[in-house]
Amino acid sequence: MSKVVVAMSGGVDSSVAAALLKQQGYDVTGMMLRLWSEAGQEESNRCCSPDSLAQARRVAAILDIPFYAVDVKELFRSTVVQAFLDGYAQGITPNPCLVCNRVIKWGFLLEHALALGADYLASGHYARKRLAVDGREELLRAVDKAKDQSYVLHVLTQERLGQALFPVGEYSKPEIRALARNFNLPTATRSESQDLCFLAGQDYRDFIRRNAPQIALPGSILNRLGQALGEHHGLAYYTIGQRKGLGIPSSVPLYVLSKDATTNTLVVGVEAELGSRELTACDVNWIAGAAPAHTLRLQVKTRYTAREAWAMVTPLESGRVVVRFEEPQRDLTPGQAAVFYAGDIVLGGGLIQ
Amino acid sequence: MSDLVYFDYAATTPVDSRVLDAMLPYFSETFGNPSSVHRYGQRAEAAVETARETVAAGLHCQPDEIIFTSCGTESDNLAIRGAAMARKTSTGANRIVTARVEHHAVSKTAEQLEKHYGFHVDWLETNEYGMITPATVEQAIRAETALVSVMAANNEIGTLNPVAEIAEVCRAHAVPFHSDAVQAAAYLPLNLQDLGVDLLALGAHKFYGPKGIGAIYVRKGTSLLPSQTGGGQEHGLRAGTQNVPYIVGFAEAFRLTVAERDRRAAHVLPLRDQIISRVLEEIPDARLTGHPDLRLPNHASFVFKDMDGNLLLTLLDATGFACSSGSACKTGNPEPSEVMAAIGLPSQWGLGSLRVTLGKDSTAAQVEAFLKMLPGLVMKARELNRC
Repeated sequence: MSKVVVAMSGGVDSSVAAALLKQQGYDVTGMMLRLWSEAGQEESNRCCSPDSLAQARRVAAILDIPFYAVDVKELFRSTVVQAFLDGYAQGITPNPCLVCNRVIKWGFLLEHALALGADYLASGHYARKRLAVDGREELLRAVDKAKDQSYVLHVLTQERLGQALFPVGEYSKPEIRALARNFNLPTATRSESQDLCFLAGQDYRDFIRRNAPQIALPGSILNRLGQALGEHHGLAYYTIGQRKGLGIPSSVPLYVLSKDATTNTLVVGVEAELGSRELTACDVNWIAGAAPAHTLRLQVKTRYTAREAWAMVTPLESGRVVVRFEEPQRDLTPGQAAVFYAGDIVLGGGLIQ
Repeated sequence: MSDLVYFDYAATTPVDSRVLDAMLPYFSETFGNPSSVHRYGQRAEAAVETARETVAAGLHCQPDEIIFTSCGTESDNLAIRGAAMARKTSTGANRIVTARVEHHAVSKTAEQLEKHYGFHVDWLETNEYGMITPATVEQAIRAETALVSVMAANNEIGTLNPVAEIAEVCRAHAVPFHSDAVQAAAYLPLNLQDLGVDLLALGAHKFYGPKGIGAIYVRKGTSLLPSQTGGGQEHGLRAGTQNVPYIVGFAEAFRLTVAERDRRAAHVLPLRDQIISRVLEEIPDARLTGHPDLRLPNHASFVFKDMDGNLLLTLLDATGFACSSGSACKTGNPEPSEVMAAIGLPSQWGLGSLRVTLGKDSTAAQVEAFLKMLPGLVMKARELNRC
């Protein structure tokens, strides 16, 4: 019997994942990560509050599987949270979920699962995988396109993907809820916020003000011509495409066009100046293990919540790619991932520069 | 669960089948309320009073010095809160002497009295074995001391305290002395004529009785403010209809413990010593916590440098051995315990604790299997710690 560790959060998706695997005959163990929270915010952490720990333990008891909580606070703080703060310090808009998936879930937790003797680590992610005819592991979008989480899983390598299971990706969210009822699992609906877990439901700007105010220093707001229009409070507090809160009197709406960390300036302009047909991505992970030999026409997703857009994707040397879109894209944001899709297949992705 | 080896008898023990048999008639047959006038009540009352006599005989005290409670924690709460409040009312004394290494049932109660009820807690220093000496207690006692509380045996590291000597010190200063004997009761002869304590807390599930039943010894003349008021049961100190079957179970478990104590201790002691010597020999950077000799005969506790104790427990459980890190913590929250802090462990050691506690069903073969697995699992936990 194959042994699988399920990353449990107490939520309905990972609970049903565990139940499905048990039903499929796996030897199932539940594990929950205790992630880092700011002092005093532990109750509000979206992923690992005492409440969700109790809920996950309850689900494990109902399913009669062993369950362990594993502490990863220090590593989470020194990697995920640090990368988040470093990213803002460098003037980009970081996506800490990508670091968490690579280093924490499919790094630290996977190592722990293997140490327990598991063959697989399963999660409640909405995504699918399959073995291609050439024997390679393929990552696919979830059946439920609205819930699809394959964007954050593009960081997986062949080896990791081979050790991963995504049991809920074959179902729609309503089906998962129905399954939870059939399995007699608690289905208390928790808010499906897409905020970062360690922000505890608060604005990221407040988090930066409390934890690293030194990375956000006031500077100039310029237009494309280099004319000073005002002062910003710190580049970290703005994001590409942002219109509100610039504090500049203007007859036409102004938007954040770019952020220059070297000069600590914020460049703004009118809506027509927004958008670009091209981006370069670095640290690209090709799930197949190697970059394609030539340019491909693919759908590219540039934010977790963005719609895919058609583009020509050309691999460059040293893990970089250039992406040329067929239509201009409005809010290409350095620090977010560009993820490449061929139909439902996730080919890979990298960080927008 | 048959594939799991249970090495966590300090957390709780299985109910002895003889104890269960003694309890069963008191659920549906002899079910009366001990306070009732009729014969149903009389039979239930007789069962409770017989149980009280049995416990008193085992402790060498008078039956009316025994109060049944719902658990060891309640016993500690009643002893400390009750004695401290009574002393404060009668003499104005407002200081409590106890230690951070005590079970939370004691230390958190003392903290609450300090925070909300106008007491001040004098925390006792311990030595490197987590032991509290009579001299330390003597230094801490002042004119305003309302109560001293020192445990008989430490739950995390197994160290025994010189309870009789501490009791002498307290008596010389006319300060009531409470001792939490919840861990000690399974293995130490608790002769109250020798121990000289004024209050002593016990819980049945540590000696093969059921959970949810405890007792407290209250020496005649020790005044307590009741923690629970109502119908005046348990000499007015603990109101509420008595849990008759569980009280019967407590008494039977305690009677068997007194009768079999030496045999049980002789069974676990060599197994414990084997665990201690082999672990210290075979695992690098391992230390025994608690006293090497003055410790519970079923209790082996260690720290391993640069290792997450919770992770080791997870690996052990997955391998088939149920152990503990010292306190029953399921949350995976790696805070060093007060005990680890009190015995002065450097930070690379403080989180790597392991407690192995044996019982009457433990076997040499189980210990051998455990000792074969442990070095590899410690190594694995250390490797994972680094990743």
